[in-house]
Order: sequence, then structure tokens, then C-alpha cells
Amino acid sequence: MLSFVTRRLLSSIPVVLAVLALCFLLVRIAPGSPFATERALDPRTKAMLEEKFGLSGSLAEQLVRYGGNVLRGDLGDSLKFRGRTVAEIIGQSLPRSLLLGSISFSLALGLGVPLGAWAAAHYGRKTDSFLNSVALLTLSTPTFVLAPVSVLVFAFGLKLLPPAGWGTLSQLVLPAICLAIPFIGVCARLTRGGLLETLGSDFIRTARAKGVTETKLVYLHALRPAVLPLVAYAGPLAANILTGSLVIEEVFAVPGIGQFFVNGVINRDVFLVSGVVLVYCLLLLLFNLIADWLTALLDPRIRAAS
Amino acid sequence: MIFRRVLPGWLGLWGLTFLSGCNSGPRADLVICNGAEPQTLDPALVSGQLEGRICAALYEGLTRRDARGKSIPAAAESWSVSPDGKTYTFTLRPGLKWSNGDPVTAADFRYSWLRALDPVSASPYAEILFFIRGAEDFQAGRASAESVEIAAPDDRTLRVRLKNPVPFFPSLISFTTYLPVHRATVEKYGDRWTRPEHWVGNGPYLLKAWQVNDRVSLQKNPRYHSADRVRLNRIDALAVTRASTAFNLYSSGQADVLLDKGLIPSLILPKLRGRPDFHPAPLFATYFYRFNVTRPPFDNPKVRRAFSLAIDKEAVVEKITRGGEPIALSLTPRGVPGYLPPSGPVQDTLTCKALLREAGYPNGEGFPRISILYNKSELNEQIAVELQAQWKRTLGVQVELRNQEWATYLRSLDTLDFDIARSSWVGDYDDPLTFLDCFATGRGNNRTGWSDPSYDNLLAKAQAEPNAAVRLRFLGQAEEILILQAMPILPLYHFVGCLMFDPKKWDGLLPNLLDEHPFSEIGPKGK
Repeated sequence: MLSFVTRRLLSSIPVVLAVLALCFLLVRIAPGSPFATERALDPRTKAMLEEKFGLSGSLAEQLVRYGGNVLRGDLGDSLKFRGRTVAEIIGQSLPRSLLLGSISFSLALGLGVPLGAWAAAHYGRKTDSFLNSVALLTLSTPTFVLAPVSVLVFAFGLKLLPPAGWGTLSQLVLPAICLAIPFIGVCARLTRGGLLETLGSDFIRTARAKGVTETKLVYLHALRPAVLPLVAYAGPLAANILTGSLVIEEVFAVPGIGQFFVNGVINRDVFLVSGVVLVYCLLLLLFNLIADWLTALLDPRIRAAS
Repeated sequence: MIFRRVLPGWLGLWGLTFLSGCNSGPRADLVICNGAEPQTLDPALVSGQLEGRICAALYEGLTRRDARGKSIPAAAESWSVSPDGKTYTFTLRPGLKWSNGDPVTAADFRYSWLRALDPVSASPYAEILFFIRGAEDFQAGRASAESVEIAAPDDRTLRVRLKNPVPFFPSLISFTTYLPVHRATVEKYGDRWTRPEHWVGNGPYLLKAWQVNDRVSLQKNPRYHSADRVRLNRIDALAVTRASTAFNLYSSGQADVLLDKGLIPSLILPKLRGRPDFHPAPLFATYFYRFNVTRPPFDNPKVRRAFSLAIDKEAVVEKITRGGEPIALSLTPRGVPGYLPPSGPVQDTLTCKALLREAGYPNGEGFPRISILYNKSELNEQIAVELQAQWKRTLGVQVELRNQEWATYLRSLDTLDFDIARSSWVGDYDDPLTFLDCFATGRGNNRTGWSDPSYDNLLAKAQAEPNAAVRLRFLGQAEEILILQAMPILPLYHFVGCLMFDPKKWDGLLPNLLDEHPFSEIGPKGK
């Protein structure tokens, strides 16, 4: 197990570095300067700023300089938010996204899996087609529709929850649900599909022949192997959901990390973009590793093979 | 089994992130939606209005803007002007203190202004200090700081020698770049001095907290000279970019004031008119189109004129902007005392066709393919589509739309890689020069390639003129060249600012031309 983890971690290092380099170069190649504003900046001031932030010289020189800083643990300063380090910005905004994202992730799995299992248990019946339609609806509703509509209904119609803001528990409810809903559908469909496949396998037929009740059959025997595809999906999902979403953060005024992925690029804030991409990349690698570990736990064949 | 292993870790993560992610305190006395996250709170580096508003609460210049937008004495109690109008001597109030207890001296102002000018600071607004003699040469690296004519002969006297007589200088120095900073703090902490734990200021409010993308929290400064007149103890300025979100926060009572028209969804603007909490006011800002005069077809003044005369500006403000914006017949909006901007041409479909014919394109035949460049936004797009249709209808020319995201758009503007480009300009101080200077030859903000010696000459004459009325007359003549003769630009409309607050609950907020709303004057109605 330990050697597996070590191997995986070591093989991740070049991946992380390549992602970081690519991200840096893409933002630097994009036309436009990070220092440009509607009010024209005189070329001397611009040159001074480029020098100050280590963006002078050829692209290769800039990349080497940046790479060296990152290896020393310095992610650089934001070019847009002057006086703030990228580490500080991530340090302030990532915990908020992690909090919101972990609630949404739990909701997605906690609701998606039972709903999927329930649908599979009632395969071909009305419940199944109803749940299937609901799942389809949730996963195909874009958040930029879902979020404002939920604000309209729950904040202004029913006056149950605050429409936006950050700092209290009640302000977490709407953004967490809106962030989770599309993934609830995906999780439900993956569980249902996995279960249906498993329920048709020989060991289930044997168990059924032995007189195991249908409920026990589905939730105790079949669910474990059936969630394998879901576990593989949940790794990238966790990284995705924990790093926030631009739409959710803007609609609900959540001061998370998600908006920097987009606004950082628009501002050409190269160090900030590279910093948040690094966070995403690390989370993705981490959760894929966890997913693989869980798969091994769930599937004795894989455990035996490794 | 899995749940037993995974669940405790997951719950632990929740607990930890909740503690670090949520930090709800008691609600501030006043919650303001201020626009996007401030890029900096260092007055020398500020270039945006939303940062300027917070800086006006954190620092106090020699003069400041009041709730009407008028410039009033602040850190300076009085000043005198030499007979030639070029030397200003300011006397500071006695007993001024920084928030850490240090005395505020004239030397602090000298240091702060020189710091903003220092090329090493790379201040985006250093240009606004160029009225001071020697400032431009120092900023350009041609002279030393000592050659800038700012003197602090004693702790309470600041003497400034200007290049030219600048009658609006006392009001100009209310501007953010002229705000003082605490030298010891800046020198000790470098770029990090604006963090709440290091920060020192001299304004009515202290910087208590600054959470990225969340809020800037301000607390009344007990060392401020008029602390007894500061009406609120705690103000939170929220960072909200999306208009519908800001409006939702306001509607649900989580925010008390919307400080920017950009924070009101444009779709519902017409419905808000007439509501008692909706406060529109003309702004010192203009939305206009630029023509690239360095290449055909807009190198021909007749074509520019034809394109200008073809436009029905009323249609733009009535169909698209819908906030009660006045159409722009000049670049400078009305409202500067003593200055009546020239009235530019209105729509004239016959003349514009004739002009295009004279330019060699009868009924638009043979007219080259041109495009309108704009940065991506719904409003810009709607206006571009409208103008595209109007030019097609009146001139018979085919205009394409070219939509670019912000940084790319700015680059296209700077490199003159466009035919027609949308633009806007917000006046920095209440004088026509803040608009007209943009189009002087070689200015970074010219962005049209247009140059006219007689225009430059009039601006120079105006700036050298000690008599205020004559000076404004010269500026008026210059604007006539810009608007009536050369037409490198097509002004479309002047912006309207909109504040939202309940007038039964709050006062001290007055809509004004420069959109200045000092936080220290805001308070509960009647208290």
C-alpha cells in the first residue's frame, strides 16, 4: 500500500510541473497585458511593473524564474490585487470553497446513491422512470438558471433563506444545494447503472435463490460492487466541487476560489491563475489516489492484484 | 467499513473549514455594496473609483470632497495662492495624528506625493501630479526628487509650485493619488503595508479587516481630528460584482446602500425610476466611440463626419441604456461651473449621405469592410448592434461587430488595431481638461491616432492662462475642434449614476457629478 502511494506521488510530480508550466505559458501568450487598464499606462511604468514582478525577458526566462520560485515554495504575488501574495489569496478563499464544496459533495453522494439504488430496486416501474426523469432534469439544469431561480423561490418567495452573503450557516444552504444538484443526478444515474449490471450477475442470482430478501440483496450485496464506477467518478468530482464555481460564487456572493479561475485569466493575473490551477491539480491527484484506494478496498480482485 | 474510516475524517474537515471559512461577526452599522474586490488600498496605486471611495475613508488629503462632491478643507485648514496663480501654500490643521499616534506633518505629504511620482512605485495615476513643477521630469527619470517643487519648510506648511496656474488645484488635491501615506509603515512593510495588521492612516476610519472577495471592514478612527462628527462606528464595504446579487442583498436588507449603477440590474432600471430609494444623478462621464484616423476610411474627416451625423443618439438611450442618460453632444458633460461645452452635431441623414458621396462612396458603394470593436458586455453589444443597424440604414454601409475580452480589447486600443471602438471616460476632477487632455497629441489615452497642432496649442494656452474665464474659453475652443471639426470621436451619451438607499433611514448620501460619497458623512436619518 505504502509503495503504491509513494509511486503514485512520485509519478505526479512531473504532471504537476507540466500543468503549471503549460498554464503559465498559455496565460503569458494570450494577448493583452496584466497591467492594462482603461486609462492608458505609459510604457515606462509598464516596463517597471514587468521588471518588478519578474515578467521581463523572454518567455523561457520568465518560466524558469517562476518555476524556481515555485520550487522554493513561493507562488508569487497577484498582479491585480497589489500587495497580496497568491498563497494569501488561496489561503483565504480555499477554506470557504472547501467548506461549501464538502457539503455539496456529501449531498451529491448522500442523496444520489440512495436515489440511484432505489431506482434500480424498482427497475422498470413508475418509481424508476420518475426518478430517472428527475435525475435527468437535475443534471441538465445549468447552475446559472438553477441558482437565480432558487434565490427567487426560497429567498424572496418563501422568505426562508438569505439570498446571498457569507458568514452564517443559513447563507450556506442555497449555494451548497445549487452546487450539489447537478451532481446528485449524475451520482444517481451511475449508481443505478452499476446496480442494474450487478443485479444481473451470477452471485446475485445465487443469493436470490438462497432466499435473501430483495432489500438486503440490493443494499447489502449488490451495492458494494455496483458503486465502483461511482467511486472512479467521485475522485475528479471532489476536486471539481471543492474548488468552487464561478456562477455559484457570484450569484451567492461566496468569497471562494472558483472565480479566480475565470477572472484571473481575464485579468491575465498569471501567478494567481497558475496558483489556483496548482491547487486544482493537487486536489485532483489526491482524490484520484483516494478513489483508487477506495476501489481497492471495495473490490477484492484489485486488492489481490496489487 | 468504508464509512467508519472515511466519515470521521470528512466531519473533521467540515469542522476545520467551518472555523476558518465562516467568520460571522455582528452586523456593521452600515453595509455598502461597493463593487468588485479592491485591487489595492495604497492611494498611490489606486486607479479605480471603488478603491478611491474606501481610500477616502482611510486617508485624508489636504482637501476632501463632501457629500455634494464639493472640495472642502480637510487636513489643510487654509491655503494661499501667489499672485501668478502658480504657488500654493497650505497650512495644516494643528494636532493632526496618524492612527498610530504619530503627528501628521507637511513632510508626510511631500513624501507621499514624491512616492507616487517615483518611477519605482509605477503609479498608474502619477500623471495627475504632473501639474507640479518638476513632477513630470522626475517621473520620467530625467531629474531627481529634489527638483520637484514641493517644499515643507515646517511641520504645518506645505508649499507647492505649479508649472501653470491651475485654478482647480485645491479641488484636484482631493484626488486619491494626492492622499498621504505613513512613511515609516510604508518603508517597513513595503508592498504589504496595506494589510490591516500593518496599516496606518489618517482618515476618519481605520482598516479593521480585509477579506479577499468578501469585505473591507472599517472602524471609526478615534484619533481623527473631527471624530465627533463621524457618524457611524463600523462600516462594511462588500465586494460584489454581479448586479443581481448586489440588488438581492439590498432588497433583503443585508446591504443598506448600492453605491454604483453597475450594481443595479439594467433590466429593471426603468421599473426603479420613481421609487423613493432610487437616486439617479448625472455623472461626469461619457460613453463614446473612437475612430482610428490612421488608416482608411476614417483617415478622411468627411467619412468620420458622415458616420457621426448618421447616428440617432436618442434611440440608444431610449432603447438600450434606459437609465435616463442624457445624449452626449460634447465629450465633456455639462456641470462644470463657468463652462458650457460646445454643442456637437445632431442626426442629419441628408448631410451624412452627401458627405459620404463626397468622400467617394455614394450610397455606401465601394466602402471598405470595417468593424466596431468593443469589450464583451451586454450593453456594449446592444449599442454596437444598434449603431451597426443605423449606419446600414442611413449610409448603406456594412459594419461588422468585433467583440474581444477585456485585456485583448485594451491591447487592440493601444495598438490602434481597430476601425471604430467603443470607449468611455470618467472625469477625475471637475474641469474640462480631464476630458480634453486625453486627445492631445501623443497622449496614452488618445487611442485614435488623431493629432492637431491647433488643438494642442489651445490646450497649452488654456493651461498657461491665469484668468479662469479666459482659460475655460480656450478649452471650449479646443473642444469645438474635437467635436465639430475633426471628430476623431463620436460621443453617444453621458452616464447617469444611481444610488440606492432608503432615504427614511439614511442621510448624508447625495447624488453628485463626481459620484463622491464620503463614508464619514453617512449616518442614520436625523441623528
